[in-house]
Amino acid sequence: MTLLQDPPAHTGTEPVRASRRGRGALLAAGLLAALLLLALASAGIGAYRIPLGDVLASLQHRTGLGGHPLDRTAESVLWNIRLPRVVLAVLVGASLGCAGALMQGVFGNPLAEPGVIGVSSGAAVGAVGAIVLGAGFLGTWTVSAFAFAGGLVTVVLVYAMSRSGGRTEVVTLILTGIAVTAFAGALIGLFVFFADNAQISQITFWQLGSLAQATWPKVLAVLPCAVLGLAVAPLYARRLDLLALGEGPARHLGVEVERLRVALILVVALLTAAAVAVSGIVSFVGLVVPHVLRMAHGPGHRFLIPGSALGGAVVLTAGDLAARTLAAPAELPLGVLTALVGSPFFFWLLRRTRRKQGGWA
Amino acid sequence: MIGVFGRRTRELPEAVPHGGLAAEADGVRVLRGRRAVLDGASVGVRAGEVLALVGPNGAGKSTLLAALAGDLAPAAGSVRIGGRAAGEWSAPELALRRAVLPQTAELSFPFPVAEVVRMGRAPWAGTVREAEDAAAVAEAMAATEVAGFAARPFSALSGGERARVALARVLAQRTGLLLLDEPTAALDLRHQELVLRICRERAAAGDAVVVVLHDLGLAAAYADRVGVVHGGTVAAAGPPAEVFGAELLGRVYRQPVEVFPHPRTGVPLVVPDRRTTGADIPSKHPA
Repeated sequence: MTLLQDPPAHTGTEPVRASRRGRGALLAAGLLAALLLLALASAGIGAYRIPLGDVLASLQHRTGLGGHPLDRTAESVLWNIRLPRVVLAVLVGASLGCAGALMQGVFGNPLAEPGVIGVSSGAAVGAVGAIVLGAGFLGTWTVSAFAFAGGLVTVVLVYAMSRSGGRTEVVTLILTGIAVTAFAGALIGLFVFFADNAQISQITFWQLGSLAQATWPKVLAVLPCAVLGLAVAPLYARRLDLLALGEGPARHLGVEVERLRVALILVVALLTAAAVAVSGIVSFVGLVVPHVLRMAHGPGHRFLIPGSALGGAVVLTAGDLAARTLAAPAELPLGVLTALVGSPFFFWLLRRTRRKQGGWA
Repeated sequence: MIGVFGRRTRELPEAVPHGGLAAEADGVRVLRGRRAVLDGASVGVRAGEVLALVGPNGAGKSTLLAALAGDLAPAAGSVRIGGRAAGEWSAPELALRRAVLPQTAELSFPFPVAEVVRMGRAPWAGTVREAEDAAAVAEAMAATEVAGFAARPFSALSGGERARVALARVLAQRTGLLLLDEPTAALDLRHQELVLRICRERAAAGDAVVVVLHDLGLAAAYADRVGVVHGGTVAAAGPPAEVFGAELLGRVYRQPVEVFPHPRTGVPLVVPDRRTTGADIPSKHPA
């Protein structure tokens, strides 16, 4: 019997758990360090270079920890252009990464992602609608609110249409995503048809996905959505673990599945809306980041959810830095860049899933 | 520590005294679409006994088990768990009182085996019995012989290994009522016996165990009572020696059988009567 041949190291469960936790802390620390370095680098690098020492000095000065102010141009570039953009990249990346991890958990399907299943498109319809209709009754939050509504409607729609028997099959999910994206595309097209030139350029920016128009008011506009979503998400980690067993067993273990599902869908819509409202459609971050982390540290959501937020922030900060600098002085659209890197990964994932299941049947 | 299910305090269940009714279905009617899958099914399970549910495919065994688990709202009749109507318990309260092994064990993400078994402890998080977690998990894994691959991902296991891990998770939950849907289906001879010995041990420790079985020999050897489910109702219930008659089983399964006592133990043995095909026995299935 194979039981007797296994190495004794595998018989105890506690050491496994302890080493796993240690590795998680290490991974989180690494991601955090990477994020800090990238953020500082991103604040300094660009058409107008600001040396790292100056960035640190100005940061210290503004926070009252010593340091010194820079000259007027440098100070203005740093505080009015670079930093809001860095902060926005962190917020959007964290929202997308976290939304991806949550969505995969609630669909019980590792291929679910806001971009892939069309939720980003739905949120974009809301945002574009807000622009074209000139809605402004909620001030700077109008676009976010519309994006939230659009994202919410879409995620509910996809959820309802792609599930059967408590499970979501890969094919159904992807096909539903295609249908929803097509419909959302048509709606956006309709809005474009009725839009004037200024609105059209604004809408184009949406569809490509970019952080180029980052300002502090924009940061403030998404801050509540993103922070609320990110703060609430980890509370669902253990229940998401149980949900991996399927709905019935999760319920047998005391999870109120219906309530959990509604709450998580709201959180996903909130996070996606936060991201889409300021950056347009930036896809695949929510797919790639949780996947890489799952490979590195297993599928437990207690690490995966905060880890994906952190990882998403790292990826988007790096991505935005690349988008600004690779083709300087021109700027690549961020969404195009993430799709260029993310699509092949998605393709590989599809192949692997198919091989594992032995076909799509 | 804050429990998974918030700060709300839950009353810990009191053990049902030996011989007391742990769960009971009374005249339960369950509809799937327009068809009644169960109609007037009644069965009870007492603390300290193993009740086996047997019957042909599609007879309603799993549905009856699900009803006893409080998963279904019956269209008629009632289900009581721990002396209270099943519908009056919340999901977290029920999770402290009954554990359910589903027919198939699935997992969306490749959790390691030890993590899967530990999930069985989730209902107790935030209660005093959280202190038992490590012991309950270790005991369940040892009993089901899965400790040898504790660190392997669930997705890398064979069907039989998965089934045992799922059972370990259910045992780790340490509830007074165990509902097992075909726990032996994917298992080899040795592990089938192992699982039913575990059922007996749990019953001896005062738990109520309901187990859906296809193997009538296993049911006869290990169950205190068997319920023969047929056409959405419990056709007969009682000790195996009384219930397992050739006439009843032949009619229910539409396959003639011979029943005779084991020469040494006296446990009834059920063997298909292979001289006839059973084609001449009319179907009593309510279409």
